[in-house]
Order: sequence, then structure tokens, then C-alpha cells
Amino acid sequence: MTLRAGVVVFPGSNCEHDVVSALGSLGAEARLVWHKEGDLSGLDLVVLPGGFAHGDYLRPGAIARFSPVVGELAAFVGRGGAVLGICNGFQVLTEAGLLPGALQKNIGLRFVCRDVELRVESTSNILTSALEEGERVRIPVNHFEGCYTADADDLRRLEGEGRVVLRYLDNPNGSANDIAGISDATGRIVGLMPHPERAMSKLVGGGDGRRLLSSLLGALAAA
Amino acid sequence: MNFEAVVEVKLREGVADPEGATILAAMKALGFEGFSAVSSGKSFRLLLEAADAAEAAARAGEVAHRLLANPVLEESSVTVMQQGDKR
Repeated sequence: MTLRAGVVVFPGSNCEHDVVSALGSLGAEARLVWHKEGDLSGLDLVVLPGGFAHGDYLRPGAIARFSPVVGELAAFVGRGGAVLGICNGFQVLTEAGLLPGALQKNIGLRFVCRDVELRVESTSNILTSALEEGERVRIPVNHFEGCYTADADDLRRLEGEGRVVLRYLDNPNGSANDIAGISDATGRIVGLMPHPERAMSKLVGGGDGRRLLSSLLGALAAA
Repeated sequence: MNFEAVVEVKLREGVADPEGATILAAMKALGFEGFSAVSSGKSFRLLLEAADAAEAAARAGEVAHRLLANPVLEESSVTVMQQGDKR
């Protein structure tokens, strides 16, 4: 069975073609989904890609959360769909309340654009099920507002329920508990700041992103 | 009646404020003395029609709550002033 993925395009998204290309190279059928589309039927996966949805006006994700496609995501996951938010997509998921917490300006107001080392903290989610807990991967980050912030209760819940998916080994942005990616309680919604679609080849950027996205498609195929 | 509602959005107590910290460092570098803290925030000026000031404040407050502030990080306050009918 070919997995069908929709990659959402907001005005100002800029990583959507990279994600379509990355998923296509792994055998999925990926297409772009305009943010005003409300019909996600026939899709197994929706990816909210990186960029600057609606110009990041007000706050990253603050306007995008009112796009029709975002309003459909909870029902889509309820029907067994999976959602991955990368970078700006992670910011949209927190603004929409689909993931807890918020992404704030990086500590020191520093834009970071480099490879980071990450530790796989949990494998009970759609993204990392084929990896080992404690394993390290190297994926690029590229953001100004990636400092993960949540109140003490949410942090305790995320840690206690194994919902911290990836942690920075050398925290580049001041994120609480070195958090680089988290999941919702079902494990079917994952948001992360690093860009796996930019690490699809050992020749360009390394191949660890390919391992993560292969793991994602494998988990969805097995479901 | 026409009202102007000013919504101030500021970071919650205890949330890191890298912008404020950077501005404070710049002030020190420029030789401004005696300043111990800077908090950054945003201000929005909304113009609306409402029956009275209480209604204007309530409606602007709802905008602040649902859109202008992210409750995880920020809190908001609303100040309402009646406008002249010159426009």
C-alpha cells in the first residue's frame, strides 16, 4: 500500500517542496495541500513544513492556527491520521493547542542554522519507533524562535509520559529540558524544531533525517 | 460610540525575556546607568464601535485572549478610551 501524505502550504511556507521530495524518495505519494483545504480524506499523514506561515505576524503560528486545514487536524488524528510539524509547523501545532507549550525567541536572540546532535528519548510515537532509545542522530536546525517553553506541570507530564521525542545534546536555543521535539498523548502528533527533510543523503547534510522519515513511514504502514 | 482599546501584551512573570535582556545589555554598553531591568512586550491599538466602555473592553479583551496573547507565555491588559466622532 502506498502511503499518502499531504504537505500543507501556508502563505510563507518555504520547506514544503523539500518535504514532498523527501517523502517521495522514500516511496510515499506526497502532494501539496493548500492551507484553505478542509478535506483531508484519503491522507495517512499531514506534514506542516517549515517557513514563515502568514509572515509569522504576531507570533509564529498565531495566524496559521486559524487556517481551515489546521482546524481539521484533531478530527484527522481521531480517524487514525498522523501529523508531523517541522520547525514552523511545530510552532503552529503549539499555537493550535495540539501540542503543549510554546516556542519562544532563542536565548541570546541568536538565529541558529547548523547541524545539531540529538538523543532519541522515546520511541512510542510515529516518528522514532524504528530507532533505539538513547540513540544519537544529527539533523540541521534553522530557526530564531525555537526555545521550547512550557509550564512546570506540562513539562512534568511530557517527561513522565515519555512524550519528549528528541533532546539536544548541546542546547542551541535555551529550550526547557533541552527539548527538541515532543508528541501528543497518542503519539500520533509530533512536533520538532530540527529539519529531517534536510538530512536525506550522506552526500548532502547527512542521512539521519532519512532514517527518521523512513521510521515514520514504516510506523504508518504497519498501522 | 467609537472607542479606542489599547491592548498591552507582556511576558508572564518567570518567562525568559531575551529581547529585554539584550536591550538592557545595549543600554549598559551605551553608558546608561541605573537601569536594572527591561521587559519587552507589544502594544496594539484597536478601534471599534460599542454601546459603552464596558462592552468595548470586553470585546477587545476577547481578541487579546484568543489572538493577541499566547497564554502559555504572555498576559494581556486592555485600556479603553472613548473617541471623538470626528472621523
